[in-house]
Amino acid sequence: MSDVLAVTEHRRGELRDVSHELITAGRQLADATGGDLHLAVISGNVEEYAEKLDRRGVTEIHTVDYGEEFNHDVYVQAIEALYDAIGPQYVIAPNTVNGLDYAPAVAQRLDLPLVTDAVDMTVDDGLSVTREFYAGKTEGDVDVAGEGALVTIRPGEWPGAEGVGDAVVDAFDVEVDEGAVRSTVTGYQEVGAGDVDISEAEVLVSVGRGIEEEENIALIEELADAMGATVSSSRPIVDNGWLPQDRQVGQSGKKVTPDVYIAIGISGAVQHVAGMKGSDTIIAINNDPSAPIFDIADYGIVDDLFDVVPALTEEFE
Amino acid sequence: MKILVTVTEVAEADDEFEIDGLSIDERYLTYDLNEWDNYAVEEAVQIGEEHDDVEVVTATVGPERAEETIRQALAKGADRAVRVWDDQLADATMIDAATKARLLAAVAEEEDPDLVLAGVQSNDVAFGATGVALAAELGFEWAAVVNQLDLDADAGVASVHRELEGGVEELTDVELPAVLTIQTGINEPRYASLRGIRQAQSKPLDVHAPADLGVDLGESTLSLTSLEEPETESNVTLFEGSAEETASELAEFLKERGVGV
Ligand SMILES: Cc1cc2nc3c(=O)[nH]c(=O)nc-3n(C[C@H](O)[C@H](O)[C@H](O)COP(=O)(O)OP(=O)(O)OC[C@H]3O[C@@H](n4cnc5c(N)ncnc54)[C@H](O)[C@@H]3O)c2cc1C
Ligand SMILES: Nc1ncnc2c1ncn2[C@@H]1O[C@H](COP(=O)(O)O)[C@@H](O)[C@H]1O
Repeated sequence: MSDVLAVTEHRRGELRDVSHELITAGRQLADATGGDLHLAVISGNVEEYAEKLDRRGVTEIHTVDYGEEFNHDVYVQAIEALYDAIGPQYVIAPNTVNGLDYAPAVAQRLDLPLVTDAVDMTVDDGLSVTREFYAGKTEGDVDVAGEGALVTIRPGEWPGAEGVGDAVVDAFDVEVDEGAVRSTVTGYQEVGAGDVDISEAEVLVSVGRGIEEEENIALIEELADAMGATVSSSRPIVDNGWLPQDRQVGQSGKKVTPDVYIAIGISGAVQHVAGMKGSDTIIAINNDPSAPIFDIADYGIVDDLFDVVPALTEEFE
Repeated sequence: MKILVTVTEVAEADDEFEIDGLSIDERYLTYDLNEWDNYAVEEAVQIGEEHDDVEVVTATVGPERAEETIRQALAKGADRAVRVWDDQLADATMIDAATKARLLAAVAEEEDPDLVLAGVQSNDVAFGATGVALAAELGFEWAAVVNQLDLDADAGVASVHRELEGGVEELTDVELPAVLTIQTGINEPRYASLRGIRQAQSKPLDVHAPADLGVDLGESTLSLTSLEEPETESNVTLFEGSAEETASELAEFLKERGVGV
C-alpha cells in the first residue's frame, strides 16, 4: 500500500489541463511513498485519452470504457472498483466542479479522509496538505491521521507533466450497477454571448463587490469610457444582475488576457483569478492590504475606490 | 414536502488581523451567514411559496454564538432550526466534511426530508464537500454546483443546471430524495423584513449534542497544524500617497503604456 491513484478529467471530448497536473502531483506523492502512479480514465474516448496521458512517470493507466460523458454515479462505482483492485495509499482528483461532484462521495464510501483544494502536499510521518483558509487570506497545513487519504488538487498549482512515458494500459472492466445510477445528464448549455466580448479587449476595467451599490457602477463605466477600456466584473456583480453574464471574469465566466487588467474592489478569490491571471499587467485598487489580489497584482493602490476612481477618471478626461 | 437546508456561520477576517495559534484572533473576525447558504435558504423558501405544505428546516453544526446567524435564516422564512454542538466539537482544530456529514445525516434521518439544500462551499474553510458527503452518508442522490432548479415533486425528479467551468452548464435530472449544493446567483435572496425578524425570535431552535443523535464522533482524522499569512510571491509595486497622487501616478503609468491616449 504505497501506490497513488489519480483520477483524470475530460469534458465533451477533450482532456482537461488539470489531468496532466494530476500526473505531476501524483508522481510527487508516489516518489515520497516509493510507490507506483496509476491513472484512472473513466468514460468517453478512453483509448485516445490514455494515449495522451502516457507521460513520464506514469506506471499504469486504467481505462473504464463506460458511457460518454461524466456521470458521478458511474465515477463513484468505477473509482471504488479500481481502489479495491489496486489498493492505493492515496487517491487524488481535481478540485473542479466535477471533481467535487464525486470525490466527497468516494471518500465517504471508502471511509477515506478527504482534504480538498490542496496547493501542496508532503509525506513525512504521514500526509500533510497545504490549503488556504479564510477566503485566501491565510494558509495552513492539515495533517491526515492514518494510512490513506483522498485529496483534490487545485488546478494550476502543479505544472503539467511532460515527456513520453511507457505506461501499461489496462482496460478495466467495471460491472456498473445501473440501478445505482440515479442521475441523467440530458445536455449542455452555453452561456449566451452579448454585444461585447471581454476576452477580446486590450484594457479591462473590472469591478467587484467593493462597489457596494448598483448605481455606483456608473463610476466604473465613466472611468472605462475616459480610458477607452471595456468594463468587466467579478461574480457577485453578475449574480446581483448589475451587469450581464458575459461580463463575468473567472472560472465560470470568461478567461481574459488583456494588456492591462484593473481590478477595482475585487478581493482576488481563486475562482476569479483563474480567469485573469494571464493578463499582461494587473493593477489592483482595494482598501484591504491583505486582499489576495495583491499577491498576483503587478501594481496596486491600497485605498478607497470611491476616492481613487473619480480622481483617475479625471486624469483621463 | 419537507426541505432541509444546511446552514453554516462563516468567519471573515478584517483588513488587518493577527493570527493567534491555529486561528485568527477573535478580535479580527466578523461572523455572518455563509453567502452560498443564503441562496440555498432563499431557494427553499421560494419552493415553499410555490407549493402547498412545505416545511423548511435549517440544520447547523455550530456553537451557541451561531444562533444569531441561524435566526437570519428563520427571519427570511425558514420554519424551524436545529443546531448540533458539544465540547468535543468545540475543541477540534478543524471539523472535517465527513464529521459534519455524519452529524447532518443524523438530523436528516430524524427529519426525513424530500430534498436537502446545501451551499456549494463555506466561505471560510471552503471545503466544497459537505453537501455531497452528506448525500453519500444518507444514500441520497445529489448534484453539485446547481444554478437552476426545477422541481417536479410528483414525478420525484429535480431537473437542475450544474454550472461547470468556462460558461458551460450541464443539464441533469436527479432522482429524489436528493442533496443539491446551491450556487450563488440561482435566485435573488431577500432581505428579512422587520416582521420576519420579529417572528424569527419565536420560531423553534432545537439544540442537540451528537450523542443525543446517536453519533459517536471518535478521533478526528484531520487536524490543522499551522496557520499563517501566505508569503507573497508577487512583488507588487504600490503607488503611495493621497488618492489624487496615486491616481495621477497610475494614470501616468498607463498613458506611458499607450492606454487612453
Ligand atoms: C464554483 C465556483 C465558481 C465561481 N466562479 C467565479 C467566477 O467565475 N468569477 C468570480 O469572480 N468569482 C467566482 N466565484 C466566486 C468567488 O469565490 C468569490 O466569491 C468572488 O470572486 C468574490 O467577488 P469579489 O472579489 O467582487 O467580492 P469580495 O470577495 O466580497 O471582495 C470585495 C473586495 O472589495 C474590497 N472593497 C470593499 N470596499 C472597498 C472600497 N470602498 N474601496 C476599495 N476596495 C473595497 C474589499 O476589501 C474586498 O477585497 C466562484 C465560486 C465558486 C464556488
Ligand atoms: N458546520 C456546518 N453546519 C451546517 N452546514 C454546514 C456546516 N459546514 C458546512 N455546511 C454546509 O455545507 C456547505 C459546504 O461547506 P464546506 O464543505 O465546508 O465548504 C455549506 O454551504 C453548508 O450548507
